[in-house]
Amino acid sequence: MIEPNRQGEVWVFAEQEDGSLHDVALELCGKARELADRLGVKMAAVLPGWKVEELASRLTAQGADKVYLVDDPRLAHFQTATYARVLCTLIDRHRPQIVIYGATPLGRDLAPRVASAMRAGMTADCTDLQIGDVTDPRTKVLHRNLLLQIRPAFGGNIIATIVNYERWPQMATVREGVMPLLPADHSRRGDVIREHVELDEALLALKLIKRHVEPRRVNLKGARVIVAGGGGVGSRENFRLIHELAGVVGGAVGASRAAVDSGYIGKEHQIGQTGTTVRPALYIAVGISGAVQHRAGMEESAKIVAINTDPNAPIFSVAHYGIVGDLSKVVPMMIKALKERK
Amino acid sequence: MPYDSIVCVKQVPDTANITAEAMKEDGTVNRAALPAIFNPEDLHALEAALEIRDLYGGTVTAVSMGPPKAADVLRECLYRGADRVILLTDRRAAASDTLATSYILCQAIRTIGRFDFVFCGRQAIDGDTAQVGPQCAEKLGITQITYLEQLVHLDGQVVQVRRNVGHGWEIVEAKLPVLITVIQSANKPRPAAAKRVMRYKRARAEAELLAELQRERPEASNEELQEQLGRRAAELKSRGLLIEQWDLDDIHADLSRCGLAGSPTKVLRVQAIVLTKEGYTEIPATEEGIRQLVRELVVDRTLG
Repeated sequence: MIEPNRQGEVWVFAEQEDGSLHDVALELCGKARELADRLGVKMAAVLPGWKVEELASRLTAQGADKVYLVDDPRLAHFQTATYARVLCTLIDRHRPQIVIYGATPLGRDLAPRVASAMRAGMTADCTDLQIGDVTDPRTKVLHRNLLLQIRPAFGGNIIATIVNYERWPQMATVREGVMPLLPADHSRRGDVIREHVELDEALLALKLIKRHVEPRRVNLKGARVIVAGGGGVGSRENFRLIHELAGVVGGAVGASRAAVDSGYIGKEHQIGQTGTTVRPALYIAVGISGAVQHRAGMEESAKIVAINTDPNAPIFSVAHYGIVGDLSKVVPMMIKALKERK
Repeated sequence: MPYDSIVCVKQVPDTANITAEAMKEDGTVNRAALPAIFNPEDLHALEAALEIRDLYGGTVTAVSMGPPKAADVLRECLYRGADRVILLTDRRAAASDTLATSYILCQAIRTIGRFDFVFCGRQAIDGDTAQVGPQCAEKLGITQITYLEQLVHLDGQVVQVRRNVGHGWEIVEAKLPVLITVIQSANKPRPAAAKRVMRYKRARAEAELLAELQRERPEASNEELQEQLGRRAAELKSRGLLIEQWDLDDIHADLSRCGLAGSPTKVLRVQAIVLTKEGYTEIPATEEGIRQLVRELVVDRTLG
């Protein structure tokens, strides 16, 4: 850990893979910029990789004042130990007050390793980050300008606000899609600072044998309309109705965890706390009861239509329009009504 | 060659299935009313360890940190085939965040001693943080491999594992010992074996025996309770049914790194989610109703 450093910068871990930045890194730059402005400090991105220098300008355009570039062939492929060494070394060297990471599979592998090595705090999967003054209820000491790390817990049935008084940096991961991607400003200028980090052979403990990366076929985040099915759809066959409705309305197909776990559709369609977070213009939830984990991933949608047989289903608590009825009757009616519109 | 595995398991409230009984009048969840279950991904971690032992020989030791009641999940481990189980229970460990928890688990693992593999579920469903596995690996100073999908190859001191990376997979090779976190698609956990259930259903940890005694004899003095406890524990032990129980002293834990004192993150406030039923327009499930809805969505330009 490092001592609280009120002049410390706000950092974003710039996750990249094969030379392209992960969306979440760009999204987080916007939030980090806001936090840094509030604190009156600089915002920086940490960019480890190999031949990734050209990515720095994109981070600058999203709000970074500085980009700490660690360019090393041994960082070409992500390994927990090497990347954790980079983060720990730079944190010790520059003493930032806040470090945020995307809550991607990679971020969730890396961030806790860094926190453990630094003996600092780490809060997973935040849905909001704010700055606020907090009085420690035990010691009655007032701490100014702490990072309020807000996240759902307990299966999403509670929202907890977490703080880290003194074992800094204050660190958190944030899910993809939670923070809006701000428009890039290509006129912004920032400093690229080359950093050297000692990486001994012992850190290269993993050998990559084979890698298979599927292109992201499902563009849930970019969809204007999403039709999502849940456990209530009942079978893979019935899920065809969801695809059909999505086809008619020109939308993407989403799913709740229950539908994915039941094998009705692939995991890449999952929306919610452990899937993609979306905010389309229209979200049609079919046979989704609406566990908080799911709602956390879609409640920001501009319009929500819920179809469910159970009038008490929690999904109705976030819906703008609710239809209580059997989806095998309601969805065909909706398909018909939409076709008539054209 | 045989391999020794340690599996970290946790008892959690079943947050995925909120029962009507657990729903309070004000629309919030009464967490204490949720049934306690074996954390789902930890069952897959246990299975991964058991499969290695079944193929190559060796041992599987399960360790759980929690209140005395957490012995339930350890009995479940015995039913499914674990060779040894350890309950890590100490009031001074309460309120530990992930950093303190990983420290305590790491001390327990060191106390167990020799191992080739540590398996953990990727995450527990009460916190969903997925931090304790990687943090244990860091503290043990060993390689971590997260999101195990398949054990591809194991030969001597080298393991090859296929891990899920979200939008695909990769196969990585590492030298033992390693810590591996396991996801649900990795395997199908075996059910409890009836014979083992018969054998181990009376297995108890000392903390459970004490609670039982206190219920049976509420008026007994402390000396009497301790004496009874010693007798019952010795009797269970002679039959191989005493679940090992450790506290923070047994694992030589530095108390400043445990519990609230050892936790950099503090919960400032907790806000219960309130479910309301109000606030939406009810559309009748009729052709006319739905046609009207589509018209409205077109008018407000939601549908282009």
